[in-house]
Amino acid sequence: MRYVYLTLFLIVVLGVSIFGFRGSLSTRSPLEVFPDMDHQAKYKPQAESAFFADGRADRPLPAGVVAYGRDTDMPAAGFLKADATLFEGKDSKGAWLTGFPSAVTVDPAKLLERGQDRFTIYCAPCHGALGDGNGITKQYGMGATPTFHDDAKRKLANGEIFNVITHGKGNMLSYADKLPAEDRWAVVAYVRALQRAAHANAADVPPGHKSELGIK
Amino acid sequence: MSKLFPKSANKLPLQIIILVFVLGGIATAATTYYATNKYTNVGYAPVQPVPFSHALHAGQLGIDCRYCHVGVDKGPTSTVPTSQTCMNCHNQVKTDSPLLQVVRDSYASGDPVPWVKIHQAPDYVYFNHSVHIARGVSCVECHGRIDEMDVVHQAKPLSMGFCLDCHRAPENFVRDPKLVTKLDWKHPEGVEGQVRDGKKFVHDWNIKPPQSCSGCHR
Ligand code: HEC
Ligand code: HEC
Ligand code: HEC
Ligand code: HEC
Ligand code: HEC
Ligand code: HEC
Repeated sequence: MRYVYLTLFLIVVLGVSIFGFRGSLSTRSPLEVFPDMDHQAKYKPQAESAFFADGRADRPLPAGVVAYGRDTDMPAAGFLKADATLFEGKDSKGAWLTGFPSAVTVDPAKLLERGQDRFTIYCAPCHGALGDGNGITKQYGMGATPTFHDDAKRKLANGEIFNVITHGKGNMLSYADKLPAEDRWAVVAYVRALQRAAHANAADVPPGHKSELGIK
Repeated sequence: MSKLFPKSANKLPLQIIILVFVLGGIATAATTYYATNKYTNVGYAPVQPVPFSHALHAGQLGIDCRYCHVGVDKGPTSTVPTSQTCMNCHNQVKTDSPLLQVVRDSYASGDPVPWVKIHQAPDYVYFNHSVHIARGVSCVECHGRIDEMDVVHQAKPLSMGFCLDCHRAPENFVRDPKLVTKLDWKHPEGVEGQVRDGKKFVHDWNIKPPQSCSGCHR
């Protein structure tokens, strides 16, 4: 009997030394104990496909197609992206829009809050939280990022800033895949707020807050 | 008549019963230890086509998760970034690094970088990132400290029991949705504060994570 337990013990030791412990790093793909319906005959986003020649299940848009409802939550404005003010930042004469498109509700609190949130994620790494061009990437050799606070950038029309986000400019690539049209307008509003703040003087501070800053 | 069985055979039935129990115990222990996600999935860290480091980009540079994983607050899938996302910066930094050759080729040709998927919910499970993000469930609860990993590995089992541990007591986990991508954030007042604020969030937003089968298996 002793020998039975001894062999059993050795088998357990052998098993543990082959299978190892939980949580150890491994490059082998996970073992599926019951693979029953783990992999069904359907495609998930960003998956592979053996059917298409380029191996992608997500199909690229054919040339000339306007994706309906992809860039906005507003069905009426979004249809065929016909609203040039909302999607191009241009007015009816083709000039850059100086205000905001009528489809965007300019609710200062909501729009600016959304703009701040999106700006911090998508713009601040390069342009800096203050829009002064001193984001973290500057320390790593990306010196080309401009500040928003010189005269040239302050004179840009809202539509032009919108266009830079949509199509990129020079070394800056497009952010249209990350920001739907409404969010781009929110970011434009926040860029404007940053520019306003950088050039503010004592007269702009609301009376109630002057004492906090130690000004009369 | 000679003796057929030696005297010690009297103990044999008992010994067999004990042995069966011992074998059963070993088999049960081995299955629970080795045949569950905690062993099969946790620690999976495949070799990626580009040695991309979250510790550098998300940790050191402090880039928000959503800069790259664009879909995470919009829909079910947390999309892995396009090569253009990398080129936003890598058209200016490390422009001739051999490590980034695959990314540059992909950007030029339009074919995606063949990233290897790590976390995988079985196809019979319905999972949605944006509902969790919108309700203040941080990435760290399900993915661990990604911002400290040079190579991403699966840190949590993502098994049914794991999901339910939270769905039964969300107040232990939910936080202000603004903080979901701050993986190092912990409630400043510790567990007590977390539970107090968590209860408040659960009440104010009427958070009711599904516990019925059809919630996740639809
Ligand atoms: C990866 C770094 C990077 C990020 C992120 C980035 N930019 Fe830029 N941006 C640049 C660079 C570089 C330039 C200079 C482009 C040039 O003129 O070559 C620039 C230029 C600009 C300009 C000036 C364009 C002009 O007409 O001179 C604006 C406005 C701008 N960015 C807005 C934004 C906004 C809004 C965001 C967030 C959605 C953003 N940028 C995100 C790098 C970046
Ligand atoms: C600069 C872009 C970038 C940033 C920022 C980033 N990621 Fe990633 N992430 C990637 C890429 C590329 C991959 C695929 C390659 C890999 O797994 O390393 C990935 C993979 C992952 C995966 C594994 C996906 C799978 O296949 O299962 C998780 C989880 C993840 N990231 C979470 C995060 C979290 C959490 C953050 C924020 C702390 C973050 N990421 C920030 C680019 C990024
Ligand atoms: C916000 C800017 C930014 C983005 C976006 C970005 N990176 Fe980087 N990356 C950097 C910086 C900065 C470095 C570090 C440079 C250094 O160490 O001097 C770096 C370094 C790297 C390195 C190491 C290169 C080397 O030769 O040491 C790799 C690989 C890399 N990144 C891959 C990626 C991939 C893949 C993506 C897209 C998912 C990406 N990066 C997106 C800024 C970025
Ligand atoms: C409640 C748990 C949970 C939270 C919170 C969570 N994830 Fe995930 N994540 C998962 C699961 C489960 C999968 C596998 C999904 C699948 O295979 O369909 C996954 C997959 C991923 C992937 C691979 C692509 C995909 O969607 O399949 C990435 C990238 C990712 N997560 C990033 C993130 C980021 C970034 C955050 C935080 C903003 C986050 N996750 C928050 C559970 C979570
Ligand atoms: C750390 C906490 C946590 C974890 C872990 C977690 N969840 Fe959730 N889950 C939530 C919360 C909070 C909600 C939101 C409930 C609400 O909005 O009322 C939710 C909602 C859901 C919903 C409902 C979505 C809808 O559209 O109705 C599904 C499905 C779901 N979770 C699946 C999962 C699965 C599958 C896992 C495991 C991979 C998981 N969850 C892990 C906290 C969690
Ligand atoms: C919170 C989400 C959630 C709920 C609610 C839920 N499940 Fe699951 N279930 C999962 C996940 C995630 C998995 C996959 C675990 C894995 O990766 O092995 C799973 C797996 C399973 C499996 C397959 C186990 C295997 O390994 O083959 C069965 C059977 C199952 N669930 C039955 C049920 C039943 C019955 C209920 C209702 C009492 C239920 N589930 C409720 C999330 C859920």
